[in-house]
Amino acid sequence: MADIVVVGEIQNGVVTDATQELLTRARDLATARSRSVAVLAFGKDAEAAVKTADADEAVVVVDQAVEEYNPGVYEATLVTWLTENPALLILLSNTTMGMDLGAALAARLQIAMIAYCTDLRIEGSSELATCQIYGGKLAAEVELPDRAVVTVIPGSWAASGRSGIPMVHRFNAQPSPISVVKVIEPDASGDVDITRADILVSVGRGIQDPDNLELADELAQAIGGVVSCSRPVVDAGWLPRSRQVGKSGQTVKPKLYLALGISGAPEHLQGMKDAELIVAVNSDENAPIFDVAHYGATADILDLMPALTEKLNGRNG
Amino acid sequence: MRIAVLMKDVPDLVEELEVEDGALPLDDMSFVPSEWDDQALEEALLIKEETGADVTVVAIDTGEVDGLMFTALAKGADRAVKLAGGFSRRLANRQRGAVLAQYCQTQGFDLVMTGVQAIDDLDGQIAGWVAGNLEVGHASVVRDVRAGADTVKVVQEYSGGKMAELELPLPAVLGIQAARKPPRYVTVAKVRQLQKTASVETVDVSEPTAPTLSVRKIYKPEAAGHAQMWGDDVDEVSEKIVNLLEDKKLLRS
Repeated sequence: MADIVVVGEIQNGVVTDATQELLTRARDLATARSRSVAVLAFGKDAEAAVKTADADEAVVVVDQAVEEYNPGVYEATLVTWLTENPALLILLSNTTMGMDLGAALAARLQIAMIAYCTDLRIEGSSELATCQIYGGKLAAEVELPDRAVVTVIPGSWAASGRSGIPMVHRFNAQPSPISVVKVIEPDASGDVDITRADILVSVGRGIQDPDNLELADELAQAIGGVVSCSRPVVDAGWLPRSRQVGKSGQTVKPKLYLALGISGAPEHLQGMKDAELIVAVNSDENAPIFDVAHYGATADILDLMPALTEKLNGRNG
Repeated sequence: MRIAVLMKDVPDLVEELEVEDGALPLDDMSFVPSEWDDQALEEALLIKEETGADVTVVAIDTGEVDGLMFTALAKGADRAVKLAGGFSRRLANRQRGAVLAQYCQTQGFDLVMTGVQAIDDLDGQIAGWVAGNLEVGHASVVRDVRAGADTVKVVQEYSGGKMAELELPLPAVLGIQAARKPPRYVTVAKVRQLQKTASVETVDVSEPTAPTLSVRKIYKPEAAGHAQMWGDDVDEVSEKIVNLLEDKKLLRS
Protein backbone atom coordinates (compact mmCIF):
# COMPACT_ATOMS: atom_id res chain seq x y z
CA MET A 1 0.00 0.00 0.00
CA ALA A 2 1.70 3.17 -1.21
CA ASP A 3 1.66 6.49 0.65
CA ILE A 4 1.75 8.66 -2.46
CA VAL A 5 -0.22 7.71 -5.56
CA VAL A 6 0.34 9.32 -8.95
CA VAL A 7 -2.60 8.92 -11.32
CA GLY A 8 -0.67 8.69 -14.57
CA GLU A 9 -1.58 9.70 -18.09
CA ILE A 10 -0.28 7.83 -21.12
CA GLN A 11 -0.10 9.35 -24.59
CA ASN A 12 1.19 7.62 -27.69
CA GLY A 13 2.37 4.73 -25.57
CA VAL A 14 4.50 6.73 -23.14
CA VAL A 15 4.02 8.45 -19.79
CA THR A 16 3.26 12.14 -20.40
CA ASP A 17 5.73 14.85 -19.36
CA ALA A 18 3.17 16.05 -16.80
CA THR A 19 3.02 12.60 -15.20
CA GLN A 20 6.84 12.41 -15.17
CA GLU A 21 6.80 15.68 -13.24
CA LEU A 22 4.37 14.24 -10.69
CA LEU A 23 6.52 11.13 -10.28
CA THR A 24 9.60 13.29 -9.71
CA ARG A 25 8.08 15.29 -6.88
CA ALA A 26 6.33 12.24 -5.45
CA ARG A 27 9.71 10.51 -5.15
CA ASP A 28 11.34 13.62 -3.62
CA LEU A 29 8.61 13.85 -0.96
CA ALA A 30 8.62 10.10 -0.35
CA THR A 31 12.38 9.98 0.12
CA ALA A 32 12.31 12.83 2.63
CA ARG A 33 9.58 11.14 4.68
CA SER A 34 10.50 7.46 4.11
CA ARG A 35 7.34 6.85 2.17
CA SER A 36 6.49 4.82 -0.91
CA VAL A 37 5.17 5.80 -4.34
CA ALA A 38 2.70 4.06 -6.63
CA VAL A 39 1.68 5.01 -10.13
CA LEU A 40 -1.71 3.98 -11.45
CA ALA A 41 -2.31 4.09 -15.19
CA PHE A 42 -4.99 3.00 -17.65
CA GLY A 43 -4.99 1.36 -21.06
CA LYS A 44 -3.28 -1.33 -23.09
CA ASP A 45 -0.05 0.70 -23.26
CA ALA A 46 0.04 1.33 -19.51
CA GLU A 47 2.15 -1.65 -18.48
CA ALA A 48 4.90 -0.99 -20.99
CA ALA A 49 4.80 2.74 -20.24
CA VAL A 50 5.13 2.48 -16.45
CA LYS A 51 7.46 -0.50 -16.10
CA THR A 52 10.45 1.85 -15.77
CA ALA A 53 8.65 4.60 -13.82
CA ASP A 54 10.34 5.93 -10.69
CA ALA A 55 7.80 4.26 -8.39
CA ASP A 56 7.80 1.36 -5.96
CA GLU A 57 4.59 -0.02 -7.32
CA ALA A 58 2.72 0.32 -10.62
CA VAL A 59 -0.95 -0.50 -10.93
CA VAL A 60 -2.23 -0.96 -14.45
CA VAL A 61 -5.84 -1.15 -15.53
CA VAL A 62 -6.21 -2.87 -18.87
CA ASP A 63 -9.72 -3.13 -20.28
CA GLN A 64 -11.52 -2.10 -23.44
CA ALA A 65 -13.53 0.32 -21.28
CA VAL A 66 -10.43 2.38 -20.40
CA GLU A 67 -8.83 2.62 -23.85
CA GLU A 68 -10.31 6.09 -24.15
CA TYR A 69 -10.70 8.36 -21.14
CA ASN A 70 -14.10 7.71 -19.56
CA PRO A 71 -14.78 9.76 -16.41
CA GLY A 72 -17.24 7.20 -15.05
CA VAL A 73 -15.03 4.13 -15.43
CA TYR A 74 -11.87 5.95 -14.34
CA GLU A 75 -13.54 7.40 -11.24
CA ALA A 76 -15.20 4.14 -10.23
CA THR A 77 -11.91 2.29 -10.65
CA LEU A 78 -9.89 4.88 -8.74
CA VAL A 79 -12.42 5.08 -5.90
CA THR A 80 -12.43 1.30 -5.54
CA TRP A 81 -8.63 0.98 -5.61
CA LEU A 82 -8.03 3.97 -3.34
CA THR A 83 -10.61 2.73 -0.85
CA GLU A 84 -8.75 -0.56 -0.66
CA ASN A 85 -5.38 1.24 -0.69
CA PRO A 86 -5.87 4.51 1.20
CA ALA A 87 -3.00 6.78 0.17
CA LEU A 88 -2.00 9.96 1.99
CA LEU A 89 -1.44 11.98 -1.15
CA ILE A 90 -3.07 11.43 -4.56
CA LEU A 91 -1.49 13.45 -7.36
CA LEU A 92 -3.13 14.23 -10.70
CA SER A 93 -2.11 16.66 -13.40
CA ASN A 94 -4.36 19.66 -13.88
CA THR A 95 -5.46 18.35 -17.28
CA THR A 96 -9.03 17.54 -18.30
CA MET A 97 -8.70 14.32 -16.30
CA GLY A 98 -7.46 16.14 -13.21
CA MET A 99 -10.15 18.81 -13.41
CA ASP A 100 -12.76 16.17 -14.05
CA LEU A 101 -11.81 13.67 -11.37
CA GLY A 102 -9.94 15.58 -8.66
CA ALA A 103 -12.76 17.02 -6.56
CA ALA A 104 -15.07 14.08 -7.25
CA LEU A 105 -12.43 11.66 -5.95
CA ALA A 106 -11.89 13.82 -2.88
CA ALA A 107 -15.63 13.89 -2.21
CA ARG A 108 -16.03 10.14 -2.69
CA LEU A 109 -13.02 9.42 -0.46
CA GLN A 110 -14.04 12.17 2.00
CA ILE A 111 -10.62 13.77 1.97
CA ALA A 112 -9.30 17.26 1.14
CA MET A 113 -8.55 18.66 -2.29
CA ILE A 114 -5.93 21.18 -3.37
CA ALA A 115 -6.15 22.55 -6.93
CA TYR A 116 -3.87 24.46 -9.33
CA CYS A 117 -0.76 23.43 -7.39
CA THR A 118 2.57 24.81 -8.65
CA ASP A 119 4.83 23.59 -5.84
CA LEU A 120 4.88 20.84 -3.24
CA ARG A 121 7.59 20.92 -0.61
CA ILE A 122 8.64 20.08 2.91
CA GLU A 123 9.56 22.86 5.32
CA GLY A 124 10.61 21.52 8.70
CA SER A 125 7.77 19.41 10.00
CA SER A 126 5.27 20.89 7.53
CA GLU A 127 4.35 19.80 4.05
CA LEU A 128 3.22 22.72 1.93
CA ALA A 129 1.57 23.36 -1.40
CA THR A 130 1.65 26.56 -3.39
CA CYS A 131 -1.36 27.16 -5.61
CA GLN A 132 -2.16 29.59 -8.37
CA ILE A 133 -5.48 31.40 -7.93
CA TYR A 134 -7.33 34.41 -9.33
CA GLY A 135 -6.15 33.78 -12.87
CA GLY A 136 -2.53 33.55 -11.75
CA LYS A 137 -2.58 37.00 -10.15
CA LEU A 138 -2.28 35.58 -6.63
CA ALA A 139 -0.78 32.53 -4.97
CA ALA A 140 -1.84 30.66 -1.86
CA GLU A 141 0.39 28.74 0.51
CA VAL A 142 -1.52 25.80 1.93
CA GLU A 143 -0.61 23.19 4.54
CA LEU A 144 -1.08 19.68 3.23
CA PRO A 145 -3.67 17.93 5.37
CA ASP A 146 -3.24 14.30 6.45
CA ARG A 147 -4.86 13.06 3.26
CA ALA A 148 -5.51 15.00 0.06
CA VAL A 149 -6.04 14.90 -3.67
CA VAL A 150 -3.76 17.46 -5.34
CA THR A 151 -3.97 18.59 -8.98
CA VAL A 152 -0.72 20.04 -10.30
CA ILE A 153 -0.35 22.47 -13.20
CA PRO A 154 1.86 20.81 -15.85
CA GLY A 155 5.29 22.42 -16.20
CA SER A 156 5.40 23.61 -12.59
CA TRP A 157 8.74 21.87 -12.04
CA ALA A 158 11.15 19.81 -14.13
CA ALA A 159 11.01 16.04 -14.40
CA SER A 160 14.15 14.37 -13.08
CA GLY A 161 14.48 11.76 -15.78
CA ARG A 162 14.99 9.12 -13.07
CA SER A 163 13.68 5.65 -13.73
CA GLY A 164 12.91 2.67 -11.54
CA ILE A 165 11.70 -0.90 -11.50
CA PRO A 166 8.27 -0.84 -9.88
CA MET A 167 6.42 -3.98 -8.89
CA VAL A 168 3.59 -4.15 -11.43
CA HIS A 169 0.06 -5.27 -10.49
CA ARG A 170 -3.11 -5.40 -12.51
CA PHE A 171 -6.42 -4.06 -11.27
CA ASN A 172 -9.82 -4.53 -12.86
CA ALA A 173 -11.72 -1.63 -14.38
CA GLN A 174 -14.94 -0.93 -12.54
CA PRO A 175 -18.17 -0.51 -14.52
CA SER A 176 -19.94 2.79 -15.13
CA PRO A 177 -23.07 3.70 -17.10
CA ILE A 178 -21.17 6.56 -18.77
CA SER A 179 -20.09 5.69 -22.32
CA VAL A 180 -17.70 7.20 -24.84
CA VAL A 181 -19.80 7.56 -27.99
CA LYS A 182 -16.97 8.66 -30.26
CA VAL A 183 -13.56 10.25 -30.19
CA ILE A 184 -13.20 13.44 -32.19
CA GLU A 185 -9.63 13.94 -33.43
CA PRO A 186 -8.15 17.44 -33.75
CA ASP A 187 -9.64 19.57 -36.48
CA ALA A 188 -8.18 18.57 -39.83
CA SER A 189 -10.39 20.92 -41.79
CA GLY A 190 -7.51 22.30 -43.80
CA ASP A 191 -7.06 25.41 -41.68
CA VAL A 192 -3.49 26.55 -41.06
CA ASP A 193 -1.49 24.52 -38.49
CA ILE A 194 -0.45 27.09 -35.88
CA THR A 195 2.04 24.65 -34.30
CA ARG A 196 4.18 24.92 -37.45
CA ALA A 197 4.24 28.72 -37.74
CA ASP A 198 7.46 30.60 -36.94
CA ILE A 199 5.58 33.75 -36.00
CA LEU A 200 2.20 33.90 -34.28
CA VAL A 201 0.16 37.08 -33.90
CA SER A 202 -2.08 35.94 -31.08
CA VAL A 203 -5.15 37.88 -30.01
CA GLY A 204 -7.22 37.71 -26.86
CA ARG A 205 -10.22 39.35 -25.27
CA GLY A 206 -8.58 42.75 -25.88
CA ILE A 207 -9.48 42.49 -29.55
CA GLN A 208 -12.98 43.53 -28.35
CA ASP A 209 -14.87 43.00 -31.58
CA PRO A 210 -14.65 40.46 -34.42
CA ASP A 211 -14.31 43.29 -36.93
CA ASN A 212 -10.95 44.10 -35.35
CA LEU A 213 -9.57 40.71 -36.39
CA GLU A 214 -8.90 42.27 -39.77
CA LEU A 215 -6.22 44.39 -38.09
CA ALA A 216 -4.57 41.23 -36.73
CA ASP A 217 -4.78 39.55 -40.15
CA GLU A 218 -3.11 42.54 -41.81
CA LEU A 219 -0.38 42.57 -39.17
CA ALA A 220 0.18 38.82 -39.53
CA GLN A 221 0.52 39.26 -43.27
CA ALA A 222 2.99 42.11 -42.89
CA ILE A 223 5.10 40.25 -40.34
CA GLY A 224 4.98 36.92 -42.16
CA GLY A 225 3.04 35.16 -39.43
CA VAL A 226 -0.26 33.51 -38.66
CA VAL A 227 -3.12 34.65 -36.41
CA SER A 228 -3.80 32.55 -33.32
CA CYS A 229 -5.81 33.33 -30.22
CA SER A 230 -6.73 32.63 -26.63
CA ARG A 231 -9.82 30.72 -25.52
CA PRO A 232 -12.36 33.59 -25.20
CA VAL A 233 -11.94 34.46 -28.89
CA VAL A 234 -12.86 30.88 -29.86
CA ASP A 235 -15.74 30.75 -27.37
CA ALA A 236 -17.13 33.94 -28.90
CA GLY A 237 -17.06 32.19 -32.28
CA TRP A 238 -14.66 34.73 -33.79
CA LEU A 239 -11.91 32.24 -34.75
CA PRO A 240 -11.97 28.44 -35.18
CA ARG A 241 -10.68 26.07 -32.51
CA SER A 242 -7.73 25.21 -34.73
CA ARG A 243 -6.32 28.66 -33.90
CA GLN A 244 -6.57 28.30 -30.12
CA VAL A 245 -3.41 28.28 -28.01
CA GLY A 246 -3.54 26.86 -24.49
CA LYS A 247 -4.48 23.92 -22.33
CA SER A 248 -7.50 22.90 -24.37
CA GLY A 249 -5.99 24.12 -27.64
CA GLN A 250 -2.53 23.81 -29.16
CA THR A 251 0.87 23.99 -27.51
CA VAL A 252 3.10 26.21 -29.63
CA LYS A 253 6.81 27.06 -29.63
CA PRO A 254 7.21 29.66 -32.39
CA LYS A 255 10.27 31.88 -32.90
CA LEU A 256 8.05 34.87 -32.05
CA TYR A 257 4.78 34.92 -30.10
CA LEU A 258 3.21 38.37 -30.27
CA ALA A 259 0.44 38.34 -27.63
CA LEU A 260 -2.07 41.14 -28.18
CA GLY A 261 -4.77 41.80 -25.60
CA ILE A 262 -4.11 38.49 -23.84
CA SER A 263 -4.02 38.68 -20.05
CA GLY A 264 -2.23 35.36 -19.61
CA ALA A 265 -4.54 33.03 -17.72
CA PRO A 266 -2.66 29.92 -16.55
CA GLU A 267 -4.51 27.83 -19.15
CA HIS A 268 -3.15 30.04 -21.92
CA LEU A 269 0.41 30.27 -20.57
CA GLN A 270 0.52 26.48 -20.50
CA GLY A 271 0.34 26.48 -24.30
CA MET A 272 2.88 29.19 -25.21
CA LYS A 273 5.35 29.85 -22.40
CA ASP A 274 8.12 27.97 -24.21
CA ALA A 275 8.05 30.20 -27.30
CA GLU A 276 11.57 31.42 -28.19
CA LEU A 277 10.61 35.10 -28.02
CA ILE A 278 7.46 36.50 -26.45
CA VAL A 279 6.31 40.09 -26.90
CA ALA A 280 3.11 40.96 -25.03
CA VAL A 281 0.93 44.03 -25.34
CA ASN A 282 -1.85 44.51 -22.81
CA SER A 283 -3.33 47.62 -21.23
CA ASP A 284 -3.16 46.02 -17.75
CA GLU A 285 0.43 46.39 -16.58
CA ASN A 286 -0.20 43.69 -13.95
CA ALA A 287 -1.39 41.10 -16.45
CA PRO A 288 0.29 37.71 -15.82
CA ILE A 289 1.33 37.51 -19.50
CA PHE A 290 4.16 39.94 -18.65
CA ASP A 291 5.63 37.37 -16.26
CA VAL A 292 6.46 35.05 -19.14
CA ALA A 293 7.02 37.65 -21.88
CA HIS A 294 10.51 38.86 -22.73
CA TYR A 295 9.26 42.29 -23.80
CA GLY A 296 6.03 44.03 -22.97
CA ALA A 297 4.04 47.19 -23.60
CA THR A 298 0.82 48.71 -22.34
CA ALA A 299 -0.11 50.40 -25.62
CA ASP A 300 -3.65 50.19 -27.03
CA ILE A 301 -3.54 47.17 -29.35
CA LEU A 302 -6.20 48.61 -31.66
CA ASP A 303 -3.87 51.54 -32.35
CA LEU A 304 -0.69 49.48 -32.28
CA MET A 305 -1.72 46.85 -34.83
CA PRO A 306 -2.23 49.28 -37.77
CA ALA A 307 0.80 51.35 -36.76
CA LEU A 308 3.05 48.29 -36.68
CA THR A 309 1.58 46.98 -39.93
CA GLU A 310 2.31 50.29 -41.61
CA LYS A 311 5.90 50.31 -40.36
CA LEU A 312 6.49 46.75 -41.52
CA ASN A 313 4.88 47.32 -44.90
CA GLY A 314 6.99 50.48 -45.29
CA ARG A 315 10.13 48.38 -44.77
CA ASN A 316 8.92 45.61 -47.02
CA GLY A 317 8.53 48.25 -49.71
CA MET B 1 -36.49 17.99 -17.58
CA ARG B 2 -35.45 19.95 -14.51
CA ILE B 3 -32.07 21.64 -14.67
CA ALA B 4 -30.21 23.29 -11.80
CA VAL B 5 -27.52 25.83 -12.62
CA LEU B 6 -25.14 26.39 -9.71
CA MET B 7 -23.75 29.91 -9.73
CA LYS B 8 -21.50 32.04 -7.59
CA ASP B 9 -19.90 35.43 -7.74
CA VAL B 10 -16.17 36.04 -7.54
CA PRO B 11 -13.93 39.08 -7.07
CA ASP B 12 -13.75 41.26 -10.16
CA LEU B 13 -10.28 40.81 -11.65
CA VAL B 14 -10.58 44.13 -13.43
CA GLU B 15 -9.83 45.67 -10.05
CA GLU B 16 -6.38 45.62 -8.53
CA LEU B 17 -6.15 42.73 -6.05
CA GLU B 18 -4.70 44.05 -2.79
CA VAL B 19 -3.61 41.57 -0.15
CA GLU B 20 -3.77 42.58 3.52
CA ASP B 21 -2.01 40.50 6.17
CA GLY B 22 -1.82 37.45 3.95
CA ALA B 23 -5.50 37.49 3.00
CA LEU B 24 -7.80 39.15 0.50
CA PRO B 25 -10.12 41.77 2.04
CA LEU B 26 -13.16 40.26 0.34
CA ASP B 27 -15.65 42.49 2.11
CA ASP B 28 -14.13 45.55 0.42
CA MET B 29 -14.10 44.12 -3.08
CA SER B 30 -16.59 44.18 -5.91
CA PHE B 31 -17.90 40.88 -7.22
CA VAL B 32 -19.08 39.63 -10.60
CA PRO B 33 -20.70 36.33 -11.63
CA SER B 34 -18.09 33.66 -12.32
CA GLU B 35 -17.67 33.72 -16.11
CA TRP B 36 -17.88 29.93 -16.47
CA ASP B 37 -21.11 29.84 -14.45
CA ASP B 38 -22.47 32.33 -16.97
CA GLN B 39 -21.53 29.86 -19.71
CA ALA B 40 -23.36 27.09 -17.82
CA LEU B 41 -26.46 29.28 -17.47
CA GLU B 42 -26.41 30.08 -21.19
CA GLU B 43 -26.12 26.40 -22.12
CA ALA B 44 -29.02 25.57 -19.78
CA LEU B 45 -31.15 28.31 -21.32
CA LEU B 46 -30.40 26.96 -24.81
CA ILE B 47 -31.57 23.52 -23.64
CA LYS B 48 -34.69 25.15 -22.22
CA GLU B 49 -35.41 26.75 -25.60
CA GLU B 50 -34.92 23.41 -27.35
CA THR B 51 -36.75 21.09 -24.98
CA GLY B 52 -38.89 23.19 -22.66
CA ALA B 53 -36.72 22.27 -19.68
CA ASP B 54 -37.26 24.07 -16.39
CA VAL B 55 -34.16 25.99 -15.25
CA THR B 56 -33.52 26.78 -11.59
CA VAL B 57 -30.56 28.94 -10.66
CA VAL B 58 -29.08 28.03 -7.28
CA ALA B 59 -26.55 30.11 -5.33
CA ILE B 60 -25.30 30.07 -1.78
CA ASP B 61 -25.98 33.31 0.04
CA THR B 62 -22.53 34.52 0.96
CA GLY B 63 -23.42 38.17 1.01
CA GLU B 64 -24.77 39.66 -2.14
CA VAL B 65 -25.98 37.17 -4.74
CA ASP B 66 -29.39 38.70 -5.50
CA GLY B 67 -27.94 40.66 -8.42
CA LEU B 68 -26.72 37.58 -10.26
CA MET B 69 -29.96 35.73 -9.48
CA PHE B 70 -32.25 38.46 -10.82
CA THR B 71 -30.00 38.75 -13.88
CA ALA B 72 -30.38 35.00 -14.44
CA LEU B 73 -34.17 35.33 -14.12
CA ALA B 74 -34.14 38.23 -16.59
CA LYS B 75 -32.21 36.05 -19.02
CA GLY B 76 -34.88 33.37 -18.85
CA ALA B 77 -34.33 31.16 -15.81
CA ASP B 78 -37.60 29.93 -14.28
CA ARG B 79 -36.64 30.01 -10.60
CA ALA B 80 -33.87 31.40 -8.45
CA VAL B 81 -33.07 29.79 -5.12
CA LYS B 82 -30.72 31.23 -2.54
CA LEU B 83 -29.36 28.83 0.07
CA ALA B 84 -29.02 30.66 3.36
CA GLY B 85 -27.11 29.62 6.46
CA GLY B 86 -25.07 32.59 7.59
CA PHE B 87 -22.24 31.72 5.20
CA SER B 88 -19.21 33.96 4.80
CA ARG B 89 -17.64 35.09 1.55
CA ARG B 90 -14.72 32.78 2.38
CA LEU B 91 -16.86 29.63 2.19
CA ALA B 92 -14.60 26.96 0.67
CA ASN B 93 -15.65 24.82 -2.26
CA ARG B 94 -15.67 21.62 -0.21
CA GLN B 95 -18.32 23.22 1.99
CA ARG B 96 -20.09 24.75 -1.00
CA GLY B 97 -20.18 21.36 -2.68
CA ALA B 98 -21.69 19.76 0.42
CA VAL B 99 -24.37 22.45 0.79
CA LEU B 100 -25.28 22.40 -2.91
CA ALA B 101 -25.40 18.60 -3.06
CA GLN B 102 -27.59 18.51 0.04
CA TYR B 103 -30.08 20.85 -1.63
CA CYS B 104 -29.95 19.15 -5.05
CA GLN B 105 -30.56 15.79 -3.35
CA THR B 106 -33.88 17.03 -2.02
CA GLN B 107 -35.00 18.51 -5.35
CA GLY B 108 -34.47 15.62 -7.77
CA PHE B 109 -32.98 17.67 -10.59
CA ASP B 110 -32.29 15.69 -13.77
CA LEU B 111 -29.28 17.74 -14.71
CA VAL B 112 -27.00 19.90 -12.59
CA MET B 113 -24.79 22.32 -14.52
CA THR B 114 -22.12 24.71 -13.31
CA GLY B 115 -18.98 26.38 -14.61
CA VAL B 116 -15.97 24.17 -15.23
CA GLN B 117 -14.01 26.28 -12.76
CA ALA B 118 -13.91 29.62 -10.97
CA ILE B 119 -10.93 31.87 -10.28
CA ASP B 120 -11.05 31.07 -6.57
CA ASP B 121 -11.26 27.27 -6.76
CA LEU B 122 -8.39 26.69 -4.35
CA ASP B 123 -9.87 23.46 -3.06
CA GLY B 124 -11.24 21.99 -6.26
CA GLN B 125 -14.05 22.60 -8.67
CA ILE B 126 -17.71 22.64 -7.69
CA ALA B 127 -18.91 20.15 -10.34
CA GLY B 128 -16.68 17.42 -8.93
CA TRP B 129 -17.54 18.15 -5.30
CA VAL B 130 -21.29 18.13 -5.99
CA ALA B 131 -21.18 15.00 -8.16
CA GLY B 132 -18.97 13.19 -5.66
CA ASN B 133 -21.29 14.07 -2.80
CA LEU B 134 -24.35 13.02 -4.79
CA GLU B 135 -22.53 9.93 -6.12
CA VAL B 136 -23.92 10.50 -9.62
CA GLY B 137 -22.19 10.48 -12.98
CA HIS B 138 -20.45 13.63 -14.06
CA ALA B 139 -18.24 15.10 -16.73
CA SER B 140 -16.33 18.34 -16.67
CA VAL B 141 -14.53 20.47 -19.27
CA VAL B 142 -17.54 19.87 -21.50
CA ARG B 143 -19.65 21.76 -24.03
CA ASP B 144 -22.35 21.04 -26.64
CA VAL B 145 -24.86 19.59 -24.17
CA ARG B 146 -27.67 17.67 -25.87
CA ALA B 147 -30.32 16.54 -23.45
CA GLY B 148 -32.49 13.51 -24.18
CA ALA B 149 -35.25 11.88 -22.14
CA ASP B 150 -33.02 9.69 -19.99
CA THR B 151 -29.50 10.64 -21.01
CA VAL B 152 -27.39 13.63 -21.89
CA LYS B 153 -24.70 13.80 -24.56
CA VAL B 154 -21.76 16.17 -24.16
CA VAL B 155 -18.46 16.90 -25.87
CA GLN B 156 -15.48 16.74 -23.53
CA GLU B 157 -12.33 18.64 -24.49
CA TYR B 158 -8.76 17.38 -24.10
CA SER B 159 -5.42 19.00 -24.86
CA GLY B 160 -4.28 19.43 -28.43
CA GLY B 161 -7.79 19.88 -29.79
CA LYS B 162 -8.84 16.26 -29.23
CA MET B 163 -12.40 15.73 -27.97
CA ALA B 164 -14.83 12.92 -27.21
CA GLU B 165 -18.58 12.65 -27.19
CA LEU B 166 -19.82 11.13 -23.94
CA GLU B 167 -23.26 9.88 -23.01
CA LEU B 168 -24.30 10.04 -19.37
CA PRO B 169 -27.47 8.68 -17.81
CA LEU B 170 -29.56 11.19 -15.88
CA PRO B 171 -29.24 12.47 -13.24
CA ALA B 172 -25.82 13.87 -14.01
CA VAL B 173 -23.57 16.80 -13.10
CA LEU B 174 -21.71 18.79 -15.77
CA GLY B 175 -18.85 21.29 -15.51
CA ILE B 176 -19.37 23.55 -18.52
CA GLN B 177 -16.35 24.94 -20.36
CA ALA B 178 -18.30 26.98 -22.88
CA ALA B 179 -21.85 27.38 -24.12
CA ARG B 180 -22.73 26.94 -27.76
CA LYS B 181 -23.38 30.68 -28.00
CA PRO B 182 -21.87 33.61 -26.10
CA PRO B 183 -23.86 34.32 -22.90
CA ARG B 184 -26.87 36.49 -23.65
CA TYR B 185 -26.97 40.06 -22.44
CA VAL B 186 -29.79 41.71 -20.56
CA THR B 187 -30.01 45.39 -19.80
CA VAL B 188 -29.85 46.73 -16.27
CA ALA B 189 -33.29 48.27 -16.91
CA LYS B 190 -34.77 44.85 -17.70
CA VAL B 191 -33.26 43.37 -14.53
CA ARG B 192 -34.63 46.23 -12.45
CA GLN B 193 -38.03 45.88 -14.04
CA LEU B 194 -38.08 42.18 -13.26
CA GLN B 195 -37.07 42.80 -9.65
CA LYS B 196 -40.46 44.47 -9.15
CA THR B 197 -42.38 41.31 -10.00
CA ALA B 198 -40.07 38.30 -9.58
CA SER B 199 -38.61 36.97 -6.39
CA VAL B 200 -35.66 34.95 -5.22
CA GLU B 201 -36.66 32.04 -2.99
CA THR B 202 -34.63 31.60 0.18
CA VAL B 203 -34.06 28.11 1.53
CA ASP B 204 -32.40 27.63 4.90
CA VAL B 205 -29.74 24.95 4.88
CA SER B 206 -27.53 23.51 7.59
CA GLU B 207 -23.88 24.35 7.95
CA PRO B 208 -21.53 21.71 6.50
CA THR B 209 -19.12 19.97 8.85
CA ALA B 210 -16.30 19.08 6.44
CA PRO B 211 -12.90 20.47 7.46
CA THR B 212 -11.36 23.35 5.52
CA LEU B 213 -7.83 23.78 4.20
CA SER B 214 -5.33 25.59 6.36
CA VAL B 215 -4.20 28.52 4.21
CA ARG B 216 -1.05 30.10 5.60
CA LYS B 217 -1.12 33.12 3.35
CA ILE B 218 -2.33 34.60 0.10
CA TYR B 219 0.23 36.69 -1.73
CA LYS B 220 1.21 38.22 -5.03
CA PRO B 221 3.66 35.77 -6.58
CA GLU B 222 7.08 37.01 -7.51
CA ALA B 223 7.49 35.98 -11.09
CA ALA B 224 10.72 34.20 -12.02
CA GLY B 225 11.05 36.78 -14.74
CA HIS B 226 9.28 39.82 -16.02
CA ALA B 227 9.07 41.44 -19.40
CA GLN B 228 11.26 44.40 -20.16
CA MET B 229 8.55 47.06 -20.46
CA TRP B 230 8.38 49.57 -23.31
CA GLY B 231 5.55 51.81 -22.10
CA ASP B 232 2.35 52.72 -23.93
CA ASP B 233 3.38 55.01 -26.77
CA VAL B 234 2.19 53.37 -29.98
CA ASP B 235 4.92 54.78 -32.22
CA GLU B 236 7.71 53.95 -29.81
CA VAL B 237 6.41 50.45 -29.17
CA SER B 238 6.04 49.71 -32.90
CA GLU B 239 9.57 50.99 -33.50
CA LYS B 240 10.95 48.78 -30.75
CA ILE B 241 9.13 45.72 -32.07
CA VAL B 242 10.51 46.30 -35.57
CA ASN B 243 14.04 46.79 -34.18
CA LEU B 244 13.71 43.61 -32.12
CA LEU B 245 12.57 41.63 -35.15
CA GLU B 246 15.52 42.99 -37.06
CA ASP B 247 17.96 42.03 -34.27
CA LYS B 248 16.51 38.53 -34.10
CA LYS B 249 16.58 38.24 -37.90
CA LEU B 250 12.83 37.66 -37.97
CA LEU B 251 12.08 40.33 -40.56
CA ARG B 252 11.34 39.16 -44.03
CA SER B 253 14.06 40.27 -46.41
